[in-house]
Amino acid sequence: MRILRAVFRHGSGRIGGGIVCVYLLLAILGLLGLTPHNPITQYRIDRLHAPSAGYWMGTDLFGRDVASRLMAGIGQSFTVAFFSVAFATLAGTVLGLAAAWLGRRWDGVVMRVMDVLLAFPAILLALLIVTVAGPGTWTSVVAIGIVYTPIFTRVVRGPALSLKTREFVDAARTFGSSSSYIVTRHLLLNLVAPLTVQVTLALAWALLTEAGLSFLGLGTQPPAASLGLMLSDSRNLMETAPWLMIFPGLAIMISILGFNLLGDALRDILDPKMRRALA
Amino acid sequence: MTPLLSVLDLRVGFGRNPQANEVVRGVSFDVADGETLAIVGESGSGKSVTALSINRLVDFGGGRITGGSMKLKRADGTIFELATATEPQLTGIRGAEIGMIFQEPMTSLNPVLTIGTQIEESFRLHRGLTGRQATAAARDALDRVRIPDAARRLKYTPNQLSGGMLQRVMIAIALACNPRLLIADEPTTALDVTVQAQIMALLAELKRESGMSMIFITHDIGLVAGIADKVMVMQNGEAVEHGELNQILDSPQHPYTQHLLQDVPHFASGRATRADGLRDKGANTQPALKVDGLVVRFPLKSSFFSRATGAVHAVDGVDFDLMQGETLAIVGESGSGKSTTAKAVLGLVRSTRGNFSVASRMASAERSAKPVQMVFQNPYASLNPRLTIESILAEPVIATGGRVDAQTRARMASLLERVGLPKNSLERYPHEFSGGQRQRLCIARALMLNPSVVVLDEAVSALDVSVQAKVLELLVDLQREFGLAYLFISHDMAVVERIAHRIAVIYAGQIVEIGDAQSVLSKPRHSYTKKLISAVPAIDRRHEHFEIDTRQVPSLVRPQGYEPAPAKWEKFGADHKVRMET
Repeated sequence: MRILRAVFRHGSGRIGGGIVCVYLLLAILGLLGLTPHNPITQYRIDRLHAPSAGYWMGTDLFGRDVASRLMAGIGQSFTVAFFSVAFATLAGTVLGLAAAWLGRRWDGVVMRVMDVLLAFPAILLALLIVTVAGPGTWTSVVAIGIVYTPIFTRVVRGPALSLKTREFVDAARTFGSSSSYIVTRHLLLNLVAPLTVQVTLALAWALLTEAGLSFLGLGTQPPAASLGLMLSDSRNLMETAPWLMIFPGLAIMISILGFNLLGDALRDILDPKMRRALA
Repeated sequence: MTPLLSVLDLRVGFGRNPQANEVVRGVSFDVADGETLAIVGESGSGKSVTALSINRLVDFGGGRITGGSMKLKRADGTIFELATATEPQLTGIRGAEIGMIFQEPMTSLNPVLTIGTQIEESFRLHRGLTGRQATAAARDALDRVRIPDAARRLKYTPNQLSGGMLQRVMIAIALACNPRLLIADEPTTALDVTVQAQIMALLAELKRESGMSMIFITHDIGLVAGIADKVMVMQNGEAVEHGELNQILDSPQHPYTQHLLQDVPHFASGRATRADGLRDKGANTQPALKVDGLVVRFPLKSSFFSRATGAVHAVDGVDFDLMQGETLAIVGESGSGKSTTAKAVLGLVRSTRGNFSVASRMASAERSAKPVQMVFQNPYASLNPRLTIESILAEPVIATGGRVDAQTRARMASLLERVGLPKNSLERYPHEFSGGQRQRLCIARALMLNPSVVVLDEAVSALDVSVQAKVLELLVDLQREFGLAYLFISHDMAVVERIAHRIAVIYAGQIVEIGDAQSVLSKPRHSYTKKLISAVPAIDRRHEHFEIDTRQVPSLVRPQGYEPAPAKWEKFGADHKVRMET
């Protein structure tokens, strides 16, 4: 609650938070099918209809309502982004804590594997995984999750290494606290702030990666809607029906802007050094 | 004659509204040519802000001078107003007319540049010297601060020099352009006592040689005795007392100055040791903690083949025993192995050899699961900032397999009350407490498991002097009440004197002198103990002259397989023995 109120008071936090909230609402409506039209129904007579009162954002080549497809697409993209970031956060946190806490050989092995993963450009690695596993929503989730795991591992390992040498951890050892207790209460609890910021920013990247995969035809499969897929479909009609490209493009751009603004605000708010200045 | 620096009604504020957040509220003082003014106060008193305002470094920390004037008499006799000076004007003043040394020599120097380069920079900026001339000037500067072998040391980087040496380098840089005013902001606080004594002696000598004025900032009123002409005592941003050194020390007028002089631990050469709880010679009780031949070594490996080439002998054969209700103080300087000893007793560092036995508490029906507990030096670092006090106090109980039940809660409440914290503390977080209160929390946490031995590792060193006294009092009360045995690790002789029954002096990983506190402090026998005690600043020894001693602590790195010669002890009195010096 305190954090929500602080986000609202923070300038860019208010804008970012607002954008993210609107998107969440659109995504939920899209997923529940509460769209103006059915996103996959083809209104043959209204093909490539320009935006109007009936079709707010026009229709595509098959006469499907762009606004409805956009909402469904946002729902789809957010689902993939949400689950893949959840995957990356969980895997990254476990691996990062293991590397930091167990140290030595574990640290070496885990971090070198992460370095290898980091060495690939994100989209290329995701493509590779999807190509091997076959396209689909859940393979996208796993692929994007794996791609962003190394970043979370690094975000967790660094602070965990320094927390490990803090006096309160030494103090906990003198009481005979178990490793699992120290890791969860003393390390993890102090990592909540950096992780929150990282999750917000990773959501933006995951959205972009999902759009990229779908654009290349390896993410969401037609006729289901996805922002990347819509962009991909609009390529050849850019001149005749620019609305096909403008709306999904804007939707991607604004969502990423929103998450980045929110992430920046959270970083300010959760940094104890900044907290006093904002209060 | 106009004074060198004349400060009138100085006011400094911070934040967006400096007028409302004043930290220095109307301070006035003069510093005459060749005079030393000491500004004494605790943290938050505004002493450092006052000093930083003089060369306007306070601007970089977000401070604003909200009122008053600071008139500096420049070398050419003109009067310069510092309070309203512009940044380019100030750049010409800083270094050339006003030099400054800081508390932390280790962080005040750039770690990647040689000290020679860093000293030369000052000559380059203010005197326009370059090349060989600058190098020669830098060498002279190092000679001046009595760094042996100056020419070679110029090529060293800061990590190759000890803290005391680095502080000398800082002084050399500050004095490079013969400033007529030197501001020293707690220049010895981060240093060991013997090094502190050397730096103080050096500053006094340099002042005599060059006739410069000095503003010396410290929290330790005992330290000003050796160097100051005038003293200004600050509290809450105001100067509460200001006058000649002897007048302030001998007949303080303000209650706060009296408090600083009387209630705060000052070293009294063994006259203030405890009279209670001394060892009963007749009784033959089991010691609460017995340490026998403790050795801690850290192997050094050559990088390629991980073959041990030698070892750091951090603790090299330490024996002592500790009775119930007794305090054994382990004193020594940094790197002497005192903290390693404590950590080995707690099992935080694995000992290479040696035994320790902890007698469980006989008299008490409930036996503690963890009979040895520890209180750490820094109360800010030893409490997890994200846990409530309740979770923090519950941790030792959970760690030993207990549950947070009504009984545990009752114990938390009673311990909190016993250490003097408010009842509603349980739901609060560590950052809501002051340093002294946090240290009380740490003490309460250590007592949660009903230990028989508490290891206090520099437990009051991070606290303000007047808070120190109160925490020491609490520790003594708790010791009487629960019959605790304390292993008190400290470098501070004044604090040790108040709490210790027995003292062990540790040097280079070995105990060199051990015995009852009164005897060790009043009649030290080992040359190192003597040196340590003579270095302690004391008000009643203010007229004694310090000598510069550049003896360094020997390296603890020994070749593989090295064993120290067995100790030969010489006995003085019933409970006082000294390791024979070779």
